[in-house]
Amino acid sequence: MEKRALFSSKILPYMLLLPQLAITLIFFYWPASQAVWQSFLLEDAFGLSSEFVGFENYRHLFQQPEYYRAMVTTAVFSSAVAVLSLAVSLLLATQADKQLRFSNGYKTLLIWPYAVAPAIAGVLWIFMFHPTLGTLSRPIKAIGIDWNPMLDANHAMTLLVLSATWKQISYNFLFFLAGLQSIPKSVIEAAAIDGSGPIRRFWTIIFPLLSPTTFFLIVVNIVYVFFDTFGIIDAVTGGGPAGQTTTLVYKVYADGRLGGDLGGSAAQSVILMIIVIGLTAIQFKYVERRVQY
Amino acid sequence: MVENRRYRNLLAYLILTIGIVIVAFPVYLAIMASTFDASTIINGNMPLVPGDQAADNYYRTLFIGGSASREPVGMMMFNSFVMAMGIAVGKILISVLSAFAVVYFRFPLRMTAFWIIFITLMLPVEVRIYPTYKIVADLGLLDTYTGLILPLIASATGTLLFRQFFMTIPDELLEASKIDGAGAFRFFKDTLIPLSITTIAALFVIQFIYGWNQYLWPLLITTQSSMQTIVIGIKKMITTQDALTEWNIAMTTAVLAMVPPVLVVIFMQRLFVKGLVETEK
Repeated sequence: MEKRALFSSKILPYMLLLPQLAITLIFFYWPASQAVWQSFLLEDAFGLSSEFVGFENYRHLFQQPEYYRAMVTTAVFSSAVAVLSLAVSLLLATQADKQLRFSNGYKTLLIWPYAVAPAIAGVLWIFMFHPTLGTLSRPIKAIGIDWNPMLDANHAMTLLVLSATWKQISYNFLFFLAGLQSIPKSVIEAAAIDGSGPIRRFWTIIFPLLSPTTFFLIVVNIVYVFFDTFGIIDAVTGGGPAGQTTTLVYKVYADGRLGGDLGGSAAQSVILMIIVIGLTAIQFKYVERRVQY
Repeated sequence: MVENRRYRNLLAYLILTIGIVIVAFPVYLAIMASTFDASTIINGNMPLVPGDQAADNYYRTLFIGGSASREPVGMMMFNSFVMAMGIAVGKILISVLSAFAVVYFRFPLRMTAFWIIFITLMLPVEVRIYPTYKIVADLGLLDTYTGLILPLIASATGTLLFRQFFMTIPDELLEASKIDGAGAFRFFKDTLIPLSITTIAALFVIQFIYGWNQYLWPLLITTQSSMQTIVIGIKKMITTQDALTEWNIAMTTAVLAMVPPVLVVIFMQRLFVKGLVETEK
């Protein structure tokens, strides 16, 4: 699709593009290529000199058990959040799609957590489940669980999953609701006339027709857990206890800053870039094809 | 809908209400915590109805700050506001201009320029965080608003959104304004911008929330406490030694940090939904 009517000018279009191109080159391409270059360098302890070491940083990375643990943590974290938040928001969206009174009010009351910063969401949840003063820790302790997300890795991960899910429900809810509203009513009515009940209609008609939205949301949710949950992790666990809730992105941050291992951190960045590019490619492919069974 | 059975709708109301309660409860607790003094919270038996310390907590938080840090949160909110506005306005400015160039002009390297911008969609700032930090440091932009804002507007979402919208504007409009003798600047100012107002507003809402909620980037590049944003400030109030955390001040700060973006979502809901759905396409 191209415009027929145009302006002609030799210089003006370049002037118009200049601000964005300049910012993109300086703050995007230059650092991204630096990250790739740095991943092949080894700095000395004082950061004074560096030498080219080829794939040494990568080889070293794949020898660290911590790196594999971060991979597993990221996989567990993202699949738990994706499954939980998609299930809850699909349930809520199917209910909100019915003809109810105050349905707009319900919608508003469900979408506002989108505006809460991930780090703030983390703070809210750590306050609620704080081992000594949390309002909800007492009932948990009362049923005999020694709840302490600061010492127990499983508890810490549970808390992270809950707060990340809480924050993501509103986003998924909005997209599911839009998806549900775009399903033609005639299809559903036809199925009802043929005698299928609401649950059967959901699984045989609505859910398959929603699959483009669902696939899109799965990718978005994984990307969300990879990157946007940094604030939640830093506020709730700081990657602990004993590094057991450190995800791949958190490790890039921790190794580069606290560990000062810039080469290793850059190598991790490059691997992350490859993962994100892969995810984005999958997303484009599916969104284009509009998956449907 | 197909059936309209009363009990089924009752079930829907019930599920939605439970959902809303779960979604609201953490925030409700934070608001309650902002109305008690520190000792009531720390002993673990905070009541679930408001206390009487709200005025004191909000005054201290906004204008004085926690007793350890003494950094007023009002200042941090100002920084957050400047950063969020800068990101929203900056991104709209650069992307409306570049989309105008890409759609309404033909010039050598047009598609190259478009792809250079488009690729940025793929990599969030988190994966290139240290090299970006180094460049910002080399440019002397640490602890400045420019340093907080510029790296975060290097992305293609706005450009794509405006490009998509400009494509839907009928060619006849441009032909008509050309016949009336309007040049590129005139067309841009008098036709394109007025038509794009809703798109601009929707993008503004999304980018304002995005900017206000930034965490990792301001955490790295602000070293002076006077440049801190509120989202960073609250993290620093929650210390690892529990005894030192003033939870009443921390939770008051959390409430204050949520108020501006949440109000934006509630009162500009239509624009917010439009922006969210369209920037993700």
